[in-house]
Amino acid sequence: MSNSKSVLIIGGTVVNASGEVLADVMIDQGVVQEVGPNISAKYAAENEGGPQRIDATSCVVTSAFVDLHTHLREPGREESETIETGSRAAALGGYGAVVAMPNTEPAQDSVAVVEFVRMQGERAGLVDVVPSACITVNRSGLQLSPFHSLAQNGVTLYTDDGNGVQDPVIMRRAMEYAKELNITLMQHCEVSRLTEGAVMHEGCCSSHLGLPGWPSIAEVLMLQRDLELMRETGAKMHFLHLSTARSVELVRQAKNEGLPVTAEVTPHHFSLTDEKLSGFNTVFKVNPPLRTMEDIEALRIGMQDGTIDAIATDHAPHAAHLKDQDLQAAPPGMLGLQSALGVAMKYSGCSVQRVIELMSWAPARIAGLTARQGNSVAPGNIANLVVFNPTAQWEQSLEQIVSKSQNTPYLGLPLQGQVQCVLRDGKVIVEAGVITK
Amino acid sequence: MKHLLSMDDLSLGEVQQLLSLADEMSEIQKRSQPKVPALRHKTVVSLFFEDSTRTRLSFETAAKRLSADTMTFSATSSSVNKGESLRDTVETLSAMGVDAFVVRHKTAGLPLAMTQWTNAHIVNAGDGAHQHPTQALLDAFTLTRALEMGNSLAGVRIAMVGDIRHSRVARSTVRAFVLLGAKVTLVAPASLLPPSLIYSNAAHTRHEWPVSVSHDLDEVLGDVDVVYLLRMQHERMNAAFISSVDEYALHFGLTAQRLARLPLHFKLMHPGPMNHGVEIGVDPALVPGSLITQQVTNGVSIRMAVLLSLLGPAASSETTKEERDV
Repeated sequence: MSNSKSVLIIGGTVVNASGEVLADVMIDQGVVQEVGPNISAKYAAENEGGPQRIDATSCVVTSAFVDLHTHLREPGREESETIETGSRAAALGGYGAVVAMPNTEPAQDSVAVVEFVRMQGERAGLVDVVPSACITVNRSGLQLSPFHSLAQNGVTLYTDDGNGVQDPVIMRRAMEYAKELNITLMQHCEVSRLTEGAVMHEGCCSSHLGLPGWPSIAEVLMLQRDLELMRETGAKMHFLHLSTARSVELVRQAKNEGLPVTAEVTPHHFSLTDEKLSGFNTVFKVNPPLRTMEDIEALRIGMQDGTIDAIATDHAPHAAHLKDQDLQAAPPGMLGLQSALGVAMKYSGCSVQRVIELMSWAPARIAGLTARQGNSVAPGNIANLVVFNPTAQWEQSLEQIVSKSQNTPYLGLPLQGQVQCVLRDGKVIVEAGVITK
Repeated sequence: MKHLLSMDDLSLGEVQQLLSLADEMSEIQKRSQPKVPALRHKTVVSLFFEDSTRTRLSFETAAKRLSADTMTFSATSSSVNKGESLRDTVETLSAMGVDAFVVRHKTAGLPLAMTQWTNAHIVNAGDGAHQHPTQALLDAFTLTRALEMGNSLAGVRIAMVGDIRHSRVARSTVRAFVLLGAKVTLVAPASLLPPSLIYSNAAHTRHEWPVSVSHDLDEVLGDVDVVYLLRMQHERMNAAFISSVDEYALHFGLTAQRLARLPLHFKLMHPGPMNHGVEIGVDPALVPGSLITQQVTNGVSIRMAVLLSLLGPAASSETTKEERDV
């Protein structure tokens, strides 16, 4: 990376936590060298041996995004996605790092599988692929993962995502280890006994369609249990894909109390409602399910007031033949990496700076990645950057999708905010919305 | 009408047209040779992913009386999961040249999904707890004809009793009854009602059920013209929907004592198959107002009317009744 060509980003608005400023950004040796207005005049033109120039007019220049919740499907489900194709989708979505969810086959419950995922990420070389690991072996909820071995190998995030940890004994023990090792447990809140056979939110729509419902209370009960366990054990917890108004309220109270809690929401949970299921399209089957406008309002307020820390995609590719089934048989999940920014800018009701905090700075802190990601655009910092147009209106089409699967829920919906350019270690890997590496 | 998927898709006028056409079909059925050539050279496939011999035979009888060729594809959903996707199955059968699929599946919405995978007409023969439109039409046909009210049920008071929550019959038949002007009361313990009817926080009323709700069968009985019993399934005990079938029968079953309290003119309906001793504690053959056998007979007439509307000459072009060759 040190011999990469220098890059000059011209005419953009640099957005940092400290504020925003109209400035050019000079990058060399993989690191930001200089940030300031009109510094481009000092450098030779590109065709005279000067730096590669990126026009960032009407664009924001900031740290690349970090996704806390990505299903890359490798190993085991390579028909739906690979670490390489998922990395391409992430790069085009403006991401510098993605946390790989451990529900692979085999699951990421051993050092060997975790190292394989990390290695495949490095091989793809587009984004930092950060493996998380299971809380329990094979996500069975029965036996604790080897926390000491995994933590020694640098794993900081643990989750049985797709399953909530049902047994309070297992969860209490896991929290004791989490406290001891200073690692973070990420819970998928779902009391499974309340959601057997469920395919959508339990409410008016499910009552009308005759589809088995996933009641909000199934999320709320586990969240409440875990907050009490946190209070007792002092462990750090991150709550995945919160979907109900009541969940936001509980996290708000817990934060006011000072518990070490963080929480994420997905773009689809604050942009789409359960009404989407009235066409029985399996693309809209997701876990937790799309809920109501009331819930969406609460999630938006939670993002705006800081109760919610991060927007995470829960990018969940599924091959067409898996989704081309009835609603009960089709697996839950939808794509998210390439649409997340467009949904966040259009539907979150947050300022540009707040969206960046939710998509980059905060998730980088939660995942412990601040050595490389989520830093201010300032001299001396590694140049993992994104350049995006915050006002560009666009629609997603199937041709744009680089994931191996096409289960996006956003075809035909208006989106706003488009990624132009991504730098990884100072090297341009996405330019004009196309991968150049 | 290209498909028959849900009662929600039918207007009052369309329902009334189908009921009138079913009158003609029952005339045909009364002939010594109850068969007409209207659907000759058409192929109707029953695609049953869930067992239902009664409904399948009713559809196949209807198709044969219209001279259509019939085929049956039976498969459990689990065998479909082993490799071939549902979509593959539908596309494969379509490629053999099918004019209409009659579909039964355990999951709501599958018939609608199928319309994306084939050009054939789709008739929903029951999808999960969602819809069973031919049941609704045959119920409406049976009741209107029994009450001699033409194509209307204006002011008729109907109590539907039982497991509304899991019932595709309830979701379709209630719609048909209400469309024709009936006043419907759902009678069930709260656990067997759709969640939106029991949780007050489900305040989004777009899909409001235009019905009254009661948890007390005895209170309702004195005030009704029709009692429509739904089948109570024993497995509902397992997920704590009911304490036991005995407890259910005691409070929500039609017992001899309750029968005695019903007005003389009342009518009794049931979509079958019946659970004797559970929802029904009397011999329906001894109930003067029972329409249960007529429901079965009329099922064939209604299904003939539906198949003819979808596949008959009038379906593709403007033809008069005479030209339809019935």
